[in-house]
Amino acid sequence: MESKAHEKDLNLKATELTLGLPGRDEIIELPNQNKKRGLPVDSKNEEGSTDAKNAQKETPPAKAQMVGWPPIRSYRKNSLQANKNAEGETATGIYVKVSMDGAPYLRKIDLKVYKCYPELLKALEVMFKFTIGQYSEREGYKGSEYAPTYKDKDGDWMLVGDVPWDMFMSSCKKLRIMKGSEARGLGCDV
Amino acid sequence: MPKRANSFPEEVLEYVFSFIQTDQDRSSISTVCKSWYEIERWCRRRIFIGNCYAVSPRMLIRRFPDVRSIELKGKPHFADFNLVPEGWGGYVYPWIAAMASAYPWLEEIKLKRMVVTDETLELIAKSFKNMKLLVLSSCEGFSTDGLAAIAANCRNLRELDLHESDVEDLSGHWLSHFPDTYTSLVSLNIACLGSELSFSALERLVARCPNLRSLRLNRSVPLDRLANLLRLAPRLTDLGTGAYSAEWRPDVFAILSRAISGCKELKSLSGFWDVVPSYLPAIYSICPGLTSLNLSYATIQSPALVKLVSQCPNLQRLWVLDYIEDVGLDALAESCKDLRELRVFPSDPFVVEPNVSLTEQGLISVSEGCPKLHSVLYFCRQMSNDALITIARNQPNFTCFRLCIIEPKIPDYLTLQPFDVGFGAIVENCKNLRRLSVSGLLTDQAFDYIGTYGKKLEMLSIAFAGDSDLGLHHILSGCDNLRKLEIRDCPFGDKALLANAAKLETMRSLWMSSCSVSYGACKLLGQRLPRLNVEVIDERGHPESRPENSPVEKLYIYRSVAGPRFDMPGFVWTMDEDSALRVT
Repeated sequence: MESKAHEKDLNLKATELTLGLPGRDEIIELPNQNKKRGLPVDSKNEEGSTDAKNAQKETPPAKAQMVGWPPIRSYRKNSLQANKNAEGETATGIYVKVSMDGAPYLRKIDLKVYKCYPELLKALEVMFKFTIGQYSEREGYKGSEYAPTYKDKDGDWMLVGDVPWDMFMSSCKKLRIMKGSEARGLGCDV
Repeated sequence: MPKRANSFPEEVLEYVFSFIQTDQDRSSISTVCKSWYEIERWCRRRIFIGNCYAVSPRMLIRRFPDVRSIELKGKPHFADFNLVPEGWGGYVYPWIAAMASAYPWLEEIKLKRMVVTDETLELIAKSFKNMKLLVLSSCEGFSTDGLAAIAANCRNLRELDLHESDVEDLSGHWLSHFPDTYTSLVSLNIACLGSELSFSALERLVARCPNLRSLRLNRSVPLDRLANLLRLAPRLTDLGTGAYSAEWRPDVFAILSRAISGCKELKSLSGFWDVVPSYLPAIYSICPGLTSLNLSYATIQSPALVKLVSQCPNLQRLWVLDYIEDVGLDALAESCKDLRELRVFPSDPFVVEPNVSLTEQGLISVSEGCPKLHSVLYFCRQMSNDALITIARNQPNFTCFRLCIIEPKIPDYLTLQPFDVGFGAIVENCKNLRRLSVSGLLTDQAFDYIGTYGKKLEMLSIAFAGDSDLGLHHILSGCDNLRKLEIRDCPFGDKALLANAAKLETMRSLWMSSCSVSYGACKLLGQRLPRLNVEVIDERGHPESRPENSPVEKLYIYRSVAGPRFDMPGFVWTMDEDSALRVT
């Protein structure tokens, strides 16, 4: 196999047909002879290594990522990324949609603002201008035609107030204030 | 048949053979004589195929008519790092279709890096009434619908393990497809699933399976559900938690602690996403019994990690993020004298400057303090030859040494020399080394050492290293037991490959990407060695459209008795006698 020099001189990349704008940086991997990447190049030249190391310090802290390097599986990378996002999440609160039967549009509230059920229910009463009855485990919300419900992680509609507050906070996906006969069916003895 | 002094009735031989389990031994006895070959092939029950393209389903079934357990591997290892393009291959459907009629009594299917479709899972569910074990490790191509089919139909299923697979999550309700009469679950690993499960279905499942010993939940299972599950399965030996976070509440903590301490047989813990450190002490009661701990998703800092590992004197395996730092590894070396395997993953792999104080010192500490340590995967940002020499001297028993210095081609930070001498010390001292991954600045000399001393080496991974073909030649001519070689971004080319062509037939596979192997050399290899499949992977179009001496993007060479495969996508070409004639 003759011409390695031939390869370097010819710059085959320039004559290749690709589906992209000319002058765009190649994003797939190229043979190692290509010096575009700006990595330390020559192992034999010690001085070169030092120079390259200094050059490295000048480049921005997060470099353009190479495919598959460092060798970490995607799910691990995604998990690390999700951790970074999650740190933001806990700071910003748990927003859930609230709908009320008959109301023209939905609202959104931050569950983190409330420490217990009475606080939440009071806020809902104010927001939608209605009154919720008295809660009891046996009879649900008595004395009102409204019943506050929520959709949990299983996708089931549950009556607000049955489970401990923290459990509710972590499982509540959506709130819905039911009205009328549908509401009376919930939590009441048939 | 003429009477011979050592001729036994078939049944006796079969009985004797049933004690011989390993593939190598089975293979040996089958070559003794024709009658032993015949008897052996009728009674071989377990099959391992390290490369699904090395043999065809038809050949397998023709030789072994009554198989009960099959293990198949598909894509090359570098597929884990996205180096194998989508659509390359590794489809398991043809195997399942063939085995559906040939092996109705199949009990175990283990797949790694294969493409599994919902259709495949449905066929498995329908065809194998006795299916007991299904392990899909790093697989892809299926959804929770396929899992629903398995759940609904596999009445005898004991183990379902989706280990690190990429599953399309359509719904968490697939779990509800296990019928109420189904009670045989022993092991369930669904940690890789992204979306929420049906918790009520999960609890009912756990409640009715008294033999459940291993349960690995996914991130969506909140901490407040864990206590309930543990109360339903107190005989668990292996637990993967879901998200390990909740608002701090002493009563929740107390309930959780009590539930965990009730699992007196727990040996292995994993999961720990989103860890809230104040909840960690809930596991302290079972720490003395732990042999395996996977904290590689836990973003907890060194002090909490130190507190944890110092309570695990019987720890044999630890996977952890580099938050543990050198000081944490010192503590590990102090406390965990039974440590066998350590993996340290980078918390922030894409920044150049170190974000944690984890250096070569941590690895030195564990190599010194843990006499049984034999397997290491270590990501770090600095290393020295001195450190590697010390590590090799401290721990000559390494069987698996994988060092990833994050920045490619950086030298010894103390001397600015390449790591030739350091890795040379590793291969020279560690006479049982079977697996090695090298990194950092390396010249051909490093590979001279590896070829000279790495006589037991079976798998070698190289990236951004070497100067010339001589490096590759040292490896191919020196490493007598080499089975798998994977190389990326190295200046290795035609000469070494062609000079060592015969060696390639003694290996399972060779992967080279972004190297300097020309298309002409690939064609030559394909033509000369009919028992090798020489596959060129090139997304720039047919290699015929470029000069012969133009390097190919990626090259995958593997031995095969099945000939070239026919399920290749448009960017893969097999080099054989006809390749020059075929222009697709």
